[in-house]
Amino acid sequence: MIRVSHLSAFYDGAGKDKNERVTALEDLSLEVPKGGTCAIIGPSGCGKSTLLRILAGIASNYEGEVSVAGASVDPKALSIGFIPQNYGLLPWKTVRDNIRLSWKVKHPESPVPPDEKSMLARLGVDAELLSRFPRELSGGQQQRASLARAFLLRPDVLLMDEPFSALDAITREEMQEVFFELWRAQAVTAVIVTHDIEEALYLGQSVVVLSPAPGSVSAVLDNPYFARRETSGDFAAEKARLRSWLTGKGAPV
Amino acid sequence: MKKRLLASALGAAVLFFVWLAAAEMVRLPIVPSPLLVASKLGEIFFGTIAIHGAYSLGRIFAGLLCAVVVGLPVGLWMGWSRRADRLLSPLVYLTYPTPKIALLPIVMLLFGIGDTSKTILLFLILVFQIVVAVRDAVRAIPEEVFYPLASLGANFRVMLWEILLPASLPKFMTAIRVAMATAISVLFFTETFGTQYGMGYFIMDAWLRVNYLEMYAGIVVLSGMGLALFGALDLAERYFCRWQKNG
Repeated sequence: MIRVSHLSAFYDGAGKDKNERVTALEDLSLEVPKGGTCAIIGPSGCGKSTLLRILAGIASNYEGEVSVAGASVDPKALSIGFIPQNYGLLPWKTVRDNIRLSWKVKHPESPVPPDEKSMLARLGVDAELLSRFPRELSGGQQQRASLARAFLLRPDVLLMDEPFSALDAITREEMQEVFFELWRAQAVTAVIVTHDIEEALYLGQSVVVLSPAPGSVSAVLDNPYFARRETSGDFAAEKARLRSWLTGKGAPV
Repeated sequence: MKKRLLASALGAAVLFFVWLAAAEMVRLPIVPSPLLVASKLGEIFFGTIAIHGAYSLGRIFAGLLCAVVVGLPVGLWMGWSRRADRLLSPLVYLTYPTPKIALLPIVMLLFGIGDTSKTILLFLILVFQIVVAVRDAVRAIPEEVFYPLASLGANFRVMLWEILLPASLPKFMTAIRVAMATAISVLFFTETFGTQYGMGYFIMDAWLRVNYLEMYAGIVVLSGMGLALFGALDLAERYFCRWQKNG
């Protein structure tokens, strides 16, 4: 599980007030149970990404307690899967090398992840795609590679920063399903930062709402709509109809 | 690729005919026909020119090797650590614009007129280009690129191997390619004294012996060497940096 208590984070001011310490997060506390998902939403600039970097053990300019699985965050001791906003694939590596990278860093003695084959099959990543470079991939394909890399690591925690926001609506829903499938199989504790309210309600067992900067928790919702797509009502029916046209799985009438 | 080869062949053909036409018009020994030069080249290439060419190439590779061995780590270090950059960049920026050929007398006074000073001069020309290019390339890597590896607790060695080196490779190769043209001309100059081997020596010696055919043959070979080096660097860059746009 992830426990954050009374966390305040800072960064150095830019421009004129260079020596001034700017507060990014203030007295923030939250908990994510083991194997649970938590969606964090908040206005832009509220420190969502800062929070994620602290959970990932990258940022250290903070006060308060942050613990993962009972110990303070240590990227060396833990396996942390981190998916940044732009998917974090290295442009000079092929998809194959990118997918193996996280596992390889953690297990230098056996650079090929054990369940690579089944993972690639599940994600629909074929051999032709594996030898391409990231710039030759669509957004959805990059996201698949990024998810494959994170889940092949078998992480203790999975941190995702706006993972689906750059994708078109259809691909986004598809990738959310892919994420759920992998998440169910591994029951990994996941924190998802998003600005999309619908996405937060769909992906988060709990939804944490942050206040404008400096960010602190303004509401926590135990989310009854978790993993549910709205299927009843006229609006949902119309949406489903449009989607089936768009994906070519139904014909206009 | 085919198109490029065709264009290069066309360029060579144009050059050949311009030279031929010029030789036919002037009809002086100082502008011999390319056909005569070619036959002379065939005659003396393996016995003479190849040896001089090998000396020149050896000096280029020695200078390049030293420049890479020193320049790459220094550039990486300056790009990675703000402190190293603050410490070293005044030195780099003061010496960067100095035409290195102007240092030739000093280098020769210190290291003699032999191969050492020739190699050192090539080294000086290449190393600053490499340092500055690699430093800028490392600096230009967005911070986010490091996040996924940093969150895995990756050490510096992993960062170096997986991010710093591949990210700076394109600019590194370009720097070598750009500096190579200067390096070859300076090599020519340094080979005109203190040695009896090298393309510079061969060309100037033929000139002094009023053997214009040999002189032209030497110029053709030196140009060919430059072209081959340039082409090899270009190919290497295309292969290793194919992940880039238009790579």
